[in-house]
Amino acid sequence: MPLEALVFYLLAALTIGSALIVAGSHNLVYSAFALLGTFMGVAGLYALLAADFVAVIQVMLYIGGILVLILFAVMLTHRIADVEVSNRTVGRIPAALILGVVGTVMGVCIEAAEWVQHAEPVVEPTTLGIGEAFLGPYILPFELASVVLLVALIGAVVVSRKELRGPMVDG
Amino acid sequence: MDGLLLDIGLRHFLFVSLAVFVLGLYCVLTRKNAIGILLGVELILNSANINYIAFSHFSSGNYDGQVFAIFVIMLAAAEAVIGLAIVLGIYQNFSSIDIEAVDSLQG
Repeated sequence: MPLEALVFYLLAALTIGSALIVAGSHNLVYSAFALLGTFMGVAGLYALLAADFVAVIQVMLYIGGILVLILFAVMLTHRIADVEVSNRTVGRIPAALILGVVGTVMGVCIEAAEWVQHAEPVVEPTTLGIGEAFLGPYILPFELASVVLLVALIGAVVVSRKELRGPMVDG
Repeated sequence: MDGLLLDIGLRHFLFVSLAVFVLGLYCVLTRKNAIGILLGVELILNSANINYIAFSHFSSGNYDGQVFAIFVIMLAAAEAVIGLAIVLGIYQNFSSIDIEAVDSLQG
């Protein structure tokens, strides 16, 4: 078996297996930790697709940022005592039926469509090209992104702080 | 058949992405826990990103797909911050993050 195929199937198994735990586990803590496997697998797939910069960003932002944030929220909100039923689900069978249909249709489309493909996929360091794209054609969305992040930062503080009602307490 | 399975191409990545997307949508549809729903949203965003990078690698050959993937990751970070802040706010008010407990606006 060629090395590329071996690596691909290992990463795909890691990604989909962890995603199964995320979607199916009865314990919210297990779901949150299984997300780590999905993010790592997806980062590996990015590296396999020669997207080195995005793979590193995935590890730094998703695993270092978002996942830690989610774990904090899990620890802060859910009572450790009733951990067994922390992640209840409703309507499993209708959802599975609908998604079976949706997944089958999309799978048939993926199989049937004639995708445009380059004969020779590009494999080269991507940092320079991405940097030039950000400071060239994508300069406006890039600057807007910083505003969005600032708004999200302030918004999160405003939403999650404790509301102080009534007369101001001195001191 | 062997060549089809071993020669990794665009379709293989699209199928992985499809599986992650369906699982994420299942998570969003069936969870009663607000954080569980946010986990499903993260799965869906990751599946979209796999598609962006795969098409960038196999089809377009330029960096547009990777740039969009970075924007998606950035917006996912903002979404997670705001979503979890709202969840914590709900928890302070209702002592629960079960989405069926939050029905104050239901007439």
